[in-house]
Amino acid sequence: MSSVSDVAIPHILKTYQAELLDEWMREQMASFRSGSKIKEAELRGQSTEFLSLLQQATQSGNVTDIHAPTFGRVRDLLGDLSRSRGIQGFSPLETAAFIFSLKRPLFARIRREMAGDADGLAVVTWSATELLDKLGLFTTEIYQKSREQVIARQQEELLELSTPVVKLWDGILALPMIGTLDSARTQVVMESLLQRIVETEAEVAIIDITGVPTVDTLTAQHLLKTVTAARLMGADCIISGIRPQIAQTIVHLGVDLTDVTTKATLADAFRKALEMTGQGPKLRARS
Amino acid sequence: MDRIPILKLRDLLLVSIQVDMHDRLALQLQDELTARISETGARGVLIDISALDIVDSFIGRMIANIAAMARVLDAETVVVGMRPAVAITLVELGLTLPGVRTALNVDRGMALLEAKTSSMPEPTTDLNDADASHAD
Repeated sequence: MSSVSDVAIPHILKTYQAELLDEWMREQMASFRSGSKIKEAELRGQSTEFLSLLQQATQSGNVTDIHAPTFGRVRDLLGDLSRSRGIQGFSPLETAAFIFSLKRPLFARIRREMAGDADGLAVVTWSATELLDKLGLFTTEIYQKSREQVIARQQEELLELSTPVVKLWDGILALPMIGTLDSARTQVVMESLLQRIVETEAEVAIIDITGVPTVDTLTAQHLLKTVTAARLMGADCIISGIRPQIAQTIVHLGVDLTDVTTKATLADAFRKALEMTGQGPKLRARS
Repeated sequence: MDRIPILKLRDLLLVSIQVDMHDRLALQLQDELTARISETGARGVLIDISALDIVDSFIGRMIANIAAMARVLDAETVVVGMRPAVAITLVELGLTLPGVRTALNVDRGMALLEAKTSSMPEPTTDLNDADASHAD
C-alpha cells in the first residue's frame, strides 16, 4: 500500500525536525503539572532520540506497521521510557502524553506541506493518526505491564511477610495469621508450618486467627486441611483467637470443628500447649 | 524384587519403608504384616515412612488399611516420619487417615507406643524415671 503518506511523513519528520521538537517540547511541558517529576533536559534528550528514530523507521516506506522490524529501535525506546515512568509512579495519562502531544505539531506541519491537495492531506493525516495512536497504545500497554509486574512482586512479598512461623517454647510453634485466607496463601502457610514442624520437632502448633477478618466455608476448610496435615506429621494443632462473631459464623455455616482444639485467646492456647507437652508444672515452678 | 523388612523389637513390630512404594509391594506388605502380627502377638506396630516421598491415593489408602487391620488384630499402630509434601498430598486427596496415630519420628513413635502398651512395665517405668530426672 504505497501512498503519498509513505513519502510525505518521513519527509516532514526530516525537514521540520528542529521545529517539531521545539513545539513538541512545549506541548509536553504544558501537559505536565507544575512540580512534575521529570526534568526538561532529560525529556528533551528522549524526545530528540525518539524523533530521529521515528524518522529512520519511517524512511523505509512503511509508516503504520509499528510491529515491523524497522520499528525495533522505536519500540525499544518507548518500552524503556514507559517502563521507567511506570516505576517512577507517573500516571498513565502523563506516560501516554509523550506520544499524543506530538499530534498537534505534526498535523500543523502536514497541513502546511500538503496545502492545496485536499485528498493528499486526508490520506497523510489518517496515516499519521494511525501511527501515533498505535505508538500511544503500545506505550500504555508497556506501562500497564510494568505496573502489573510491580503489583505481582508486592503480592509475592506480602505472601512471604504475612506467614511467619514463630517458636514459642520447646516443641511449641505459633502461627499468627493476618489477612484474608485464600487458597494460595493457605498453601504457603501449610508448607511453611509443616517444614518448621520437621525442623524444630514441634509437638504442638498454635494457629492464631485473631488477624483474620472473616471466616467463610472455604477459609474454614483451609484451616481444617492445615490441622489435618499437621496431625499426619504427628503434631497437634490448637486454633486460637476466634472472635465471637467468627464463632457464630462457624456454627451457622455448619463447619465441624469438634476434632480440633479451639481456644479463645493465644494465651489460653499457649497454656494448653504447655500442658500437652508436659511443660506446664515446670513453668509454674520456675516463675 | 524388593521386600519391605518387618523387624521384631521386643513386642513391637518395626516396619521401615525405604524403597519406592508400588502397588504390589503395598499389598505384599499388608499380607506379611498381618501374618507377622498374629504370629508374634505383637502389641504395637510402628510404620516409618520417612523415606517415602511420593504417594498416590492407592498407597495412601493402603497405609490407612494396614493401620486399621493392625488395630483389628489388637496392635496399636503409629505412622511416623511423614514428610510435609506427603502430608499435603494426602490431605488434598481427602485421605486424612482417621484413627491412625502419627508421630514426628521413630523416637516419638516409640515413646507413644510404650506409653500405650500397658503390658510393658519395664520400659514404661524407665520412661517415667527418665522424664522425672529430666524435670529435675
